[in-house]
Formats: sequence, C-alpha cells, structure tokens
Amino acid sequence: MSGSHSPCSLHWLPPADRFAARVAELRDRTDDDPEQRFAALRAVADHRLDFLETRRLDRLLEETADTVPADVPRLRLSLLGSATLDHLVPAIRVAALRRGLVVDVDVTPFGQWRQQILDPESALYAFEPGCVLLAPDLSALLSELPLDATAAEAALAVDEAVDDLAQLWRMVRDRTGAAILQETPWLDAPPLYGHFERHVPGSPGAVARRLDRALDEAAAKEGVLLLDLRSAVYGIGAHHVSDSALWHHAKQAVSPLAAPWVGDHIARILAAIRGLSKKVLVLDLDNTLWGGVIGDDGLDGIVVGQGSAAGEAFAAFQRYLKRLGGRGVVLAVSSKNDRAVARAAFTDHPEMVLRIDDFASFEADWNDKPAALRRIAEELSLGLDSFVFVDDNPAERALMRQILPQVAVPELPEAPELYVRCLADAGYFEAVSFTAEDTRRNAQYVANRERRELESSTQDIESFLRDLRMTLQVSPFRSADVPRITQLINKTNQFNMTTRRYTEAEVRGFMQDPKVLTFAARLSDRFGDNGLTSVVICRPSDDGRTEAGLEIDTWLMSCRILGRRIEQAMLAVVAEKASEAGADVLLGRYRPTKKNGLVKELYRNLGFELREINNRTGESTWAFPLSMPARPATDHLQLQYE
Amino acid sequence: MDVPDIQASLAEIIRDVLDDPDFEVTPETSAADHSDWDSFSHISIIVAAEMRFGIKFQTAEIESACNVGDFAALIARKCQAA
Repeated sequence: MSGSHSPCSLHWLPPADRFAARVAELRDRTDDDPEQRFAALRAVADHRLDFLETRRLDRLLEETADTVPADVPRLRLSLLGSATLDHLVPAIRVAALRRGLVVDVDVTPFGQWRQQILDPESALYAFEPGCVLLAPDLSALLSELPLDATAAEAALAVDEAVDDLAQLWRMVRDRTGAAILQETPWLDAPPLYGHFERHVPGSPGAVARRLDRALDEAAAKEGVLLLDLRSAVYGIGAHHVSDSALWHHAKQAVSPLAAPWVGDHIARILAAIRGLSKKVLVLDLDNTLWGGVIGDDGLDGIVVGQGSAAGEAFAAFQRYLKRLGGRGVVLAVSSKNDRAVARAAFTDHPEMVLRIDDFASFEADWNDKPAALRRIAEELSLGLDSFVFVDDNPAERALMRQILPQVAVPELPEAPELYVRCLADAGYFEAVSFTAEDTRRNAQYVANRERRELESSTQDIESFLRDLRMTLQVSPFRSADVPRITQLINKTNQFNMTTRRYTEAEVRGFMQDPKVLTFAARLSDRFGDNGLTSVVICRPSDDGRTEAGLEIDTWLMSCRILGRRIEQAMLAVVAEKASEAGADVLLGRYRPTKKNGLVKELYRNLGFELREINNRTGESTWAFPLSMPARPATDHLQLQYE
Repeated sequence: MDVPDIQASLAEIIRDVLDDPDFEVTPETSAADHSDWDSFSHISIIVAAEMRFGIKFQTAEIESACNVGDFAALIARKCQAA
C-alpha cells in the first residue's frame, strides 16, 4: 500500500521499499549506538511514506524516545485549531525526523483553541511551547456575512476578525516568547455565484480572499510566520486534501491520506525556525541541466534552449535555479566530466541560462560524487546536512543516499519538464526571513572563490589579510537588522560559542534591555560586501561572584568570514564597550555541540583564562579581565563603531 | 474478490492500524473489542480500506457498518458496483 499515486504523495522522496522489514529490523536492534539508531530512523523517514507507514514509524520513534541523542535539535509545538488535528501529530513528528529534528507536540482539545489562549493557566502555557501553530478554519474566525453587505461592511468585518486574531498572537507571544505560525485558511465554503463571486463583497469567495490579504499584512506587521496551506493546497486541489465524508464524520479538515503532506509542510517551517533549511544546491550537468552528454555529443549536440520542447524545459529549469541563486541558495556543480569540456558549456553555449559565475564551486572530474560533495562542503565551510544533490541518474542518487545520508536527494522524475515542480514541491529552502543579504549570498560565495585564489598566491596570512583591505563596522542591534540577526542566531552552527537560539521577539527584548549589550558587525573588503555576519550579546553575569561581570551569552560568526581574524577585532570592541559599561571582567562560555568544535579553544586563543570546565558536558567558562590594558591587535583591518 | 478474502485483508489493515499483530479478527469483531480502537483508529481503518480496495465510502455507509462482517459485505457490494 503506497500513497505514490495520491495527489498528496511526497513524490520527491524515494519510494518506501521494504518499509515493514526496515521497521521490524529497527525494532529488534535495540543495542545500537543511539546516534546510529537515530540516523537509521531518520533514513526510514526520508521516504515516500503513506499515512499508515507514517503512524507506524512515529510509534517506533515514540518507543525509542529516550534513546535519542542529547544533541539532536528539539522543538515543542502547540497545535491550536477548530478542527480535529490529532491525526497530524505523527505526520509532523515524522516529517521533522526527516529533517533531523525531534518535535514534541501538544494538541489543544477540540473546540478550545481560543479559551486556551485567553486563560493564562491553560495547558497551552503549561506546555511551554517554542512554536505555536494556529490553524482555525475560516468559520472560526468570521461568521457568514449577509449577501447584500457592501465592500466597506465586508472590509470592516474582516478587519475586526484579523484584529481579534492579532490580539491572540500578541497574547501568546507575551506569555510564551514562542514563534507564532498562522495557517492561512484554505478550506473555503462552496461558491454561491461561481465566476461572479468576486463581484459580491459578502459572498464566501470574496470574503475569503479579503481575509487572506488582511492576514498577510497583519502577519508581516506582527512578525508572525505563515503556514501558507492556502497556496500549497491550490496546486493540489482542496478536495484531495480534505474529504467531506471525514469532515462530517470526524471533523477532520485534513484527510488522513493528506496528513503526511500537510505534516511535511509544517515540519519545513519548524526546521527553518531551527536553522535546518537547506542552503546549497549541487547540480549534476548531463541530462540534468541539459539533454545529452556533452563529452559524447559535443557543445553543439547538447539540448538546451530554443529549438526543441525538451531544450525549452531544460532552460526553464535553469531559469528556476538561477532565481533560487538570486534568493540566496548557493549553487554548485558536481559532474563526471572533463573539467574544461564542462566549463565550456557555460562559457561558450549561447542558450545556456546559468553561467560559470553563478556557481560557488565547480567540481568536474571522474571521481565519485560523495567525495566531490565533501570537497564542496569544505570549500564553502558549510555542513553537508545543508546540501541538496540533484542528479537524473538513479545510481548516483542511490550512492549519495548511502554514503552521505544527511544530503537531501530528490527523486528527480524522468521528464525534464517536471524537474522544477519536483524541486519546488520538496520545499528544501523554506525561510523564516528574507533580507537583502540573502540576494547577495551566492555572489559572495562566488567572490570567495576569487579570494581563495588570492590566498594561494600570497606568501603569508598577514599580508593576505592586509591585501583584503577589510573594514569591520560594528553597531548595537538596529531594528532593521533584527530579521538578519535572528536568522544568524538560528542558522549558525560552526562558529557559535553557545548555540543559543532566540526568536525575533527575544532579540528585540535584548535590544530594549538597558543591561544588555548587543553588537552586530558587517564586514566588507576589496571583493565586496560580506554583509552582517557577526553577532554578540552580552548580559550581566549571574555566576554569583562579587565582581561586576558581563557574560557573553551569544557569540557567533557566519562561516563565510572565518579565518580573517574578525574574532580579535570583535573582542576588542566588546571589551571596550563592556569596560565603558562598568564591567571589570568579561566572561565567556563554550557549550559544545556536534558542530562547533572549531571554536572550542577560541577563548584560550584570545587570552581568556579558564575558570571552570564541566567534564561531563564539556562546557567551559572563561574570564577576560578588563583591567588589563592588553587588547587584541586589530591593525589588519579598519574598525568602525557607530 | 469474495467476502472471506476481503475479511482477511481487513484483518490485516486492522492489525496494522492498531499495531497489534496478534489481535484476532472475526466477522463479529468491532471497535469495542480493542482498547486502542478509538475514533482516530476507526477513521484510519476506513481510509486504509478505501486505499486498499480503491473505493470511497459515503457518510451513511461509514455509520451503517457495525462490525468487520458488515464492513466486508459493504466493500464487496461496492467493489462489484465499481
């Protein structure tokens, strides 16, 4: 039994062959190392599961909940809505597992979503969620309007409903600090007028559209995230997602058949909140970006662009990829080809949409592709679990899934005209913010390639850094930078001393707290602007000592500026401002995770003294006396504080 | 497919949904016979049967089937009509 033919199937994932056997094996293998066990569970989740398979895998996940390794990211989610939502829980948990995230879900009792928000003593608040999903149906937000309602009356009714909802958002946020996720109502009442519906302001269709627009504006204003099922359902058909028999029978707005699909959409956003969205798209060339094999067919023989339908389809796929690059997805190539031949396709083919300077890394040789992806990851300083690998060749896909299971590998359909949909439906690059920085990211990685070339041609690191002519601009957090700062706090894994994740509301809280010092830094050099890439948050130390101490609660830097001695300059600024604020000592903490080994010795290298180390957790505390005149040298760059 | 075959398939679905491979399913079996057979499991069994047999139940049909035997007979009728 497989949901592969259902319109709601997870068609970008490979079919769930041997599902029952794999679950049985996992159930029997209880003596495994917890990490291997979790990885095996995750690998099973990364298949095209139907709702029964999803339920079974979720049960297994629940049975083994106490063996999940401690460093696996977790999130507590509250589900509030007016319909029955319990059947979505396994789907959300399994879809989160697919992304290496463990989600604990609490579902508000049927019909009580509003009461639970209003009552400060309710189970919603006792659960202490990190994310709250509100999924009321349209009818729970707004009652039917008379059909002779004027446009002004309809607007007023909709505004009142949205204001009311916004008040609930604020209440939840003030009481929990959680990220708020609002579902866009998608199950409309049937039309009364058909095509004329939009001309009648009080008609169900016109009211639903008006509410939809008002919700966009209110969510943007309040910093609330949208779970845009309305748009997602549009591509599938609401009658495939909802089953009217089950609606009347069990008040399920989402049919169990569609639950894995809805759960995957929810989990995408949860993963994005936790910084687990994909960042890099590695592309095969032959029969992926163009039709044919360039090594055999030659530059003139490959199919791309005008002249044939297939060529148009490949060009359309390239245009989509180019737009993704423009959005901040880092593009790279891994191809089994002669390097010069492969590059010539991008420099010499007139119909090629993608050009050589669209790629931050270009691996073309005859070695295996998992090795190529490892090299790309190292080159870009980005983790392999943020990679997507697109290849038309099933054997290459199978090898990648086997050797590097953390890389997402979409099950590309055979027809090139379906490539775009496959990638778009998979939702790998879900975002919780979008800033101008993002549009420049791919270009910045491309510029990094040029910097690497300079580095290899320069004698020593000192002169290399001086040749870069860097300027570091540091300022306290500014309101306009909050989305980018929140993004960095939630995405940065490698240069991150404490890996504490904060929501946008919490970041704004730090800005408003006079006892907290915040620093955001932008780095530019002669190759361009690297954008806002460093964040430090200092708060009064609570370690009980008598000295006036400031503790570095958070210190992180984007990996694209590592190795440029920015940390010395940041410390110099932070030490100076801490001193001005009356602190005698700056305390630093290192909290180890699987990914931040890079900065384990950072505080020692910067001249801090070790105060304490917890041998069990590896967490260490460090002190930097501010009475000392010594500050790190910063003459390799120009430092500006505003 | 005749009624006994349908019953055997249904038994498989029911054991799968209830996650109880040892649960004995007879024509007389109903939701009252298993502590995990709640409304959520019930809907899952119905949807799984729809998937398995390629049919679609109406609201009234869902309510009319009281035990596995009734349900199998209903499926047989619907498969024949289809």
